Amino acid sequence: MEVIVRYLPSLGISAGITLMLFLVPAIMGAILGLLVAVMRTARSVVLRELGRMFIFVIQGTPALLLLFIVHYGMATLGVRLAPALSAAVALSLYAAGFLGEIWRGAIEAVPRPQWEAAKSLGFGRTQALLLLIAPQAIWIALPATVGFLVSLMKVTSLAAIIGVVELTKSGMVIANMSFEPMLVYGLIAAIYFAMCWPMSLLSRHLEKAQHATR
Amino acid sequence: MPNFSLQFWHVWPHLDALFQGALLTIALTAQASAFGLVASLVGAYALMSGFKPAATLARAYVEVIRNTPFLVQLLFIYFSLPTIGIQVTANQAALMTMIMNFTGYTIEILRGGIQSIPATQLDSARSIGFSKVQTFIFVVAPQAVRNTYPSLTSQFSLLLLGSSVVSAISAEDLTAAANYIQSLNFRSFEVYLVTAGFYLALTALCRITFAAIWRMTFHRWE
Repeated sequence: MEVIVRYLPSLGISAGITLMLFLVPAIMGAILGLLVAVMRTARSVVLRELGRMFIFVIQGTPALLLLFIVHYGMATLGVRLAPALSAAVALSLYAAGFLGEIWRGAIEAVPRPQWEAAKSLGFGRTQALLLLIAPQAIWIALPATVGFLVSLMKVTSLAAIIGVVELTKSGMVIANMSFEPMLVYGLIAAIYFAMCWPMSLLSRHLEKAQHATR
Repeated sequence: MPNFSLQFWHVWPHLDALFQGALLTIALTAQASAFGLVASLVGAYALMSGFKPAATLARAYVEVIRNTPFLVQLLFIYFSLPTIGIQVTANQAALMTMIMNFTGYTIEILRGGIQSIPATQLDSARSIGFSKVQTFIFVVAPQAVRNTYPSLTSQFSLLLLGSSVVSAISAEDLTAAANYIQSLNFRSFEVYLVTAGFYLALTALCRITFAAIWRMTFHRWE
């Protein structure tokens, strides 16, 4: 117990770092993911295939390897990034791959006649996408998006392996110093749980709400 | 100064190490999915049983596993077990954590699969003299797996990719092999890129295997 009290301030700080490692990739990944989703649903075959390839590679590669490629791999090529920056870049790519696929599905889940209706009203493709399809797709994609954010939160823990002192890494350090691994890792797990569970509940709630309206 | 000339020839002499690592990754994934599947059938049964404490326990287990990182679960198992007198090697800890983690996700999936089995089937199983356990093993479990096969397949792929994290506790999987090789030749970019190719191939192999299993078993029922 004494261990927890003594290290609580440093755990608080590292929880803040974890939160940053979550928020920055969530935002960057959302922007990139939107681009990927639009590419995947574009009329041009080249754009569609590029988007498909990107998703295939990101979803088929372990997130940890993505971190290694950005951090250690790029360093070999002469691009040295700080561990936290590497983690942010790799996690953003990771988020883009998954959000892009979720949102592609959502765009395609909007019934076809909606596109035709927009066209018949004189909307261009971009206009239709932004004004008509997107609002519906956002609603459809919401539960899966929130669900993915839970995964993203958990994946931030991998940043510990490339040396970012976030929640998991400081847990490792404290467990080593205090010789109380069970207590410390239990506490770390509890902190992650406190951050993830509300999102899981929200995701499930949204899913139920959608079934109710349909 | 960035130098983007790739030198893949530094990787080829170490391909055997990568294959060795890949073998352990495959072995871990196969074992974890086999044991995990059995454990999660039991878990799903507990979740749906009328026995309240068992259902609550299963529910809590699923929530805890799903809302904490795999790496933290791994560290907890690997470093906590020795403090209560159980010595485990890194590979054993890796396998245990993979089973536990996988189970947390598949319990929920299988529960859905079990619920989609018509109640009349349970009645008919009972009427021809099957006990509760027999009904579960011969009637419920196979159908639950069949009904949820696509979701299970993607969980297996996720398990395979997630297993790369076990390299963090020095289990000797594919990613650990990559780490070792790049420490020898300092061409981390090329090494990790080739390793990523290995994982892509392994997930493809996983899909093919599961499609083949489907054709050999459940497909014949149709």
